[in-house]
Amino acid sequence: MHYLTDRKRAQGTGAGRQGTHHHWQMMASSTGLVILVPLFVITFANGLGGTYEEVLAYYGRPFPAIITALTLVFVTIHLMRETQVAVEDYVHGTAEKLTLMAVAAFAYTVIAVGLFALVKLAL
Amino acid sequence: MVQLTLPKNSRITTGKTWPKPEGASNVRKFQIYRWNPDDGQNPRVDTYFLDMDTCGPMVLDALIKIKNEIDPTLTFRRSCREGICGSCAMNIDGINTLACIYGMDEIKGDVKIYPLPHMPVVKDLIPDLTHFYAQHASIMPWLETKTNRPAKEWKQSIEDRKKLDGLYECVMCASCSTSCPSYWWNGDRYLGPAALLHAYRWIIDSRDEATGERLDELEDPFKLYRCHTIMNCAKTCPKGLNPAKAIAEIKKMMVDRAV
Repeated sequence: MHYLTDRKRAQGTGAGRQGTHHHWQMMASSTGLVILVPLFVITFANGLGGTYEEVLAYYGRPFPAIITALTLVFVTIHLMRETQVAVEDYVHGTAEKLTLMAVAAFAYTVIAVGLFALVKLAL
Repeated sequence: MVQLTLPKNSRITTGKTWPKPEGASNVRKFQIYRWNPDDGQNPRVDTYFLDMDTCGPMVLDALIKIKNEIDPTLTFRRSCREGICGSCAMNIDGINTLACIYGMDEIKGDVKIYPLPHMPVVKDLIPDLTHFYAQHASIMPWLETKTNRPAKEWKQSIEDRKKLDGLYECVMCASCSTSCPSYWWNGDRYLGPAALLHAYRWIIDSRDEATGERLDELEDPFKLYRCHTIMNCAKTCPKGLNPAKAIAEIKKMMVDRAV
């Protein structure tokens, strides 16, 4: 039970002075994905059906390797930010902070593992 | 965590069915949410029947007729009866709207009336809008100036005045905010479409000199950025306004000053 005025309850601790950066990053990564996803689908489809050596050689070429790497980074970071919003929507308190840390850790691990696999294929 | 089920004492039960009017040929069935904080009972849905030949065309006409002729305990807000005051906002046939300007000919089948969703209920069809009004007050819904001149009238060009069209008409009925899932989940921190539409109305006013401070106060992951462009607000607004567009304009201004 708190004896707070309605106005104090509505204002809470004030504005966090952030959110625009996240919003802008989502807009920018969405725009990037509009270009990257079709390129990734085309390059990935081109590599399908080949033998192990052919696929190794294919991802040794800069264009498919770079497109795949960029798509991996953009998609994962975009999904991480979108998941962050969903977590903020539905989970609150300490569980929210722990979930956000877990989401970020998972996303950066996916990026690291993906890039390592690509580098191994390409080199 | 978000709560997905109602607590036991909030589950709706079947209520009383009132008798049909005698000798009436054009009868319509009304199912209306009832809850009295004083009787300790769960909410219920009462069923009423009205002779439509002796009833006005709007849902509010039917509610007033029920209150006057059948059940004087039915409680709801109403005042102007012409869509100006915003008092009679409620959920009719699944849509948040004003009972005074929602025609019964727009409803197929039984008329189902509930209070505005996801707000505490004071009684029957009356939601508690205390927090909603406090949020509106928090966006400083007045002209904020810093210079003393002109000492008399502050002029506005026709073009600048036109920017307020589609914003100033809001009657604060809360239909939009209570239709917004983001407001349902985070209404304590998210300002909601109505307050944000009003915020934009003062941000865009050419005479207001607190644009920066207003944007500062809105820049928050919850106050502003809980809007996920679901657009329920624009769909439900009984005045035909588009709060989602106003919120998008605020976001554009935020990006313009930051990037």
